[in-house]
Amino acid sequence: MSILAYNGGCVVAMRGKDCVAIATDHRFGVQAQTIDTDFEKVHQVAPKMFLGLVGLQTDILTVRERLAFRKKLYEIRENREMTPKVFSSMLSNFLYERRFGPYFIEPVIAGLDPKTSEPFICNMDLIGCPNVPDDFVVAGTCGEQLYGMCETLWKPDLEPDQLFEVISQSMINAFDRDAISGWGASVYIIEKDKITVKKLKTRMD
Amino acid sequence: MQAELARELPPAGFNFENCKRNEALINGGFLAPKTVKTGTTIAGIIFKDGVILGADTRATEGPIVSDKNCSKIHYLAPNMYCCGAGTAADTEMTTDLVSSQLALHRLNTGREVPVVCATTLLKQKLFRYQGNISAALVLGGVDLTGPTIYSIAPHGSVDKLPYTSMGSGSLAAMSVFESRYKPDMTEEEAKKLVRDAIAGGVFNDLGSGSNIDLCVIRKNKTVDYLRNYEIANRKGERTLDYSFLKGTTIVTGTKTFNLDITETVIPMEVA
Repeated sequence: MSILAYNGGCVVAMRGKDCVAIATDHRFGVQAQTIDTDFEKVHQVAPKMFLGLVGLQTDILTVRERLAFRKKLYEIRENREMTPKVFSSMLSNFLYERRFGPYFIEPVIAGLDPKTSEPFICNMDLIGCPNVPDDFVVAGTCGEQLYGMCETLWKPDLEPDQLFEVISQSMINAFDRDAISGWGASVYIIEKDKITVKKLKTRMD
Repeated sequence: MQAELARELPPAGFNFENCKRNEALINGGFLAPKTVKTGTTIAGIIFKDGVILGADTRATEGPIVSDKNCSKIHYLAPNMYCCGAGTAADTEMTTDLVSSQLALHRLNTGREVPVVCATTLLKQKLFRYQGNISAALVLGGVDLTGPTIYSIAPHGSVDKLPYTSMGSGSLAAMSVFESRYKPDMTEEEAKKLVRDAIAGGVFNDLGSGSNIDLCVIRKNKTVDYLRNYEIANRKGERTLDYSFLKGTTIVTGTKTFNLDITETVIPMEVA
């Protein structure tokens, strides 16, 4: 088994019309044993930017703290808010620094530019190779299922409420075929003027 | 205060703090995770008025296509571009780093940087890491000595050639070059040849796919970066609508955070 699949879990982010959505499951386990069913892998790092981290739990927490530190230093030094684009290149450099001894995580970034409100989604492999598509990004133990679901359900210019249904159904149906993801899910819809957080009812097995 | 911050600033270069732990995990029976590779067909040729670089746009993670339209022709300098194959992060970061070194070189000397200078920087970096940075590069550019194509292998060896290809689709691309390359081709002929070479990789190599990117660098220093020169593979059109009715997903709780920021900023007095 891969180290990335030790704790289980998945994250998916999608781009809509003037909005983005990011979703995560709630499971935290140690291999097949479920420890916690209220563990979210998506963190708010700025008012309109969310970071999803999946992989080895200990590394998720370490990376999150180290990134928060670097981001705060940037914002103090530059006296402006960090944009998702800058955040993703900071993360990419942070991960590539450990090219030969990586953190076992796969990050997903979703957000709106604080000035232009341009939607941004991005994912990376564990050594920080960025991928910035204009449709969707996935990460986690049911990544393959998520690719399949997103590839059929996603279409361009989805309005926030449609985007919510698409991302939720993609996520739920993907992790229902994964034993080590699931146990509830959260969806964050980021729009210019508001953020909506929705908890989903899912199978609990 | 300053000392406190400086202590946390990371030293330059790679960080090996996780190596021992990761080795222990792998020895404990866990598999090492896969990184994103660009299976890749990349190629470059010299024609009458300059050079043309070509690349496919597929990135893979094992058997999964992780990016259907990634860009593998990287900017190095106004007169130089570089195609990358191998581990995607390595090609990206290596070319970015050398690109910034070339920019500093250009500013220090006030001259256009020769292509051989970029070649040297790249091969010295790759040789220093003994092939552990797995970047196979095709570097093309134009300088005062004329147009040149170099291919740089991950261990740091360099070939200077009139036409070359790299990556898993290099054999498919090279077969096209070997049968049809001739010196002093026109731009249209050369573009067609590179397009056909990359298409050879896209359709015959599983590690390569999607679209074809080209980059033309001419002796008169004009550059055409032809991103998605040819969309070789289109996604099928959906005939039915799969959209869900509103309320399909059962929601157990909703929270809304409004971001109407009405605060007015009063500039700090600095006098």
